[in-house]
Amino acid sequence: MAQNIAFGTVALLMIVGAVRVVTTKNVVHAALWLVVVLSGAAAQYLILSAEFVAITQVLVYIGAVTVLFLFGTMLTRAQLGKAIDLNNKNWALGIPVAVLLLGTLVYALVDTFGDDKLINDPKDVPQVSTLQISDSVFSPYLIPFWALSFVLLAVLVGAIVLSRKD
Amino acid sequence: MLINQFLLLGAVLFSIGVYGVIARKNAVLVLMSVELILNSVNINILAFALRNGGDPAGHTFALYIIAVAAAEVGVGLALVILVYRNRRSISLDELSEMKG
Repeated sequence: MAQNIAFGTVALLMIVGAVRVVTTKNVVHAALWLVVVLSGAAAQYLILSAEFVAITQVLVYIGAVTVLFLFGTMLTRAQLGKAIDLNNKNWALGIPVAVLLLGTLVYALVDTFGDDKLINDPKDVPQVSTLQISDSVFSPYLIPFWALSFVLLAVLVGAIVLSRKD
Repeated sequence: MLINQFLLLGAVLFSIGVYGVIARKNAVLVLMSVELILNSVNINILAFALRNGGDPAGHTFALYIIAVAAAEVGVGLALVILVYRNRRSISLDELSEMKG
C-alpha cells in the first residue's frame, strides 16, 4: 500500500514535469523540469528495487546530462529571458499523434497485462545485488559492453572534432 | 503493485516525449524530449526485470541505455553548438539545405 502511494505521488510529479518540459516557454525552466522527471524516474527505480540503476541515474542524468543541457542552452542563446518561438509552425500536429500513440499503447497494455501482479508474494521481493549485475555485465553481455565502450570512444572523439574551432 | 501501473507511466512519458519531438523547434528542447522517451523505456525494462523474478539482465540493459543516452546528449549538443556557430540560430525548421 505504501508503495502504491509512493508510486502515485512520484508518477503524478513526473507527468506534470514532463508536460512542463514540452510546453514551457523558457529553455532553462525546461531543463529544470527535466531534473524533476529524472529524479522521479530514479525514485521509481528504487520502488522497482533497482538500487544500482537508481544511483547511476542520479549520477549520470542529474549530475552530468542536466549540466550539459544547461551549458548547451547558455552557449546557444544570447539572453536567458522568455523566448516565444520555441515551437514549430504546425506544432498542433503533435497533439493528435501523441494522443493516438497513447491510446494504442494503453489499449495494448491493458489488453495484454490486465491485472497482472508485479510480484506475486509481497513478502518475497526479488533482490538483484550489484554482484549479480556485474556478473551479468562481464560474462553474458560482455560483447554489448565492448560495443558500448567503442560508442563512448567515438563520442569522445566526435564531440572534440565537432566543437573544435578550426 | 500491478505491472500495468509502471507500463502505463512509461507509455504516458513516451507519448509526451514524442509530442515534444514533433512540436518543438529549438534543438536543445528536442534533445530533452528524447531523454524523456529513453527514461520511459528504462522504467518499462526495470518493471519487466522485477516481474521476471529480479532478472539482472534487465538491470544490465537499463545501465547500457543510460550510457547510450549520455553519449547521445554529448554528441547531440556538440552538433547543436556547431550549427549555432555557423548560423546563429538553432531552429530546426531553418535547417532545410537537404530538402529536395
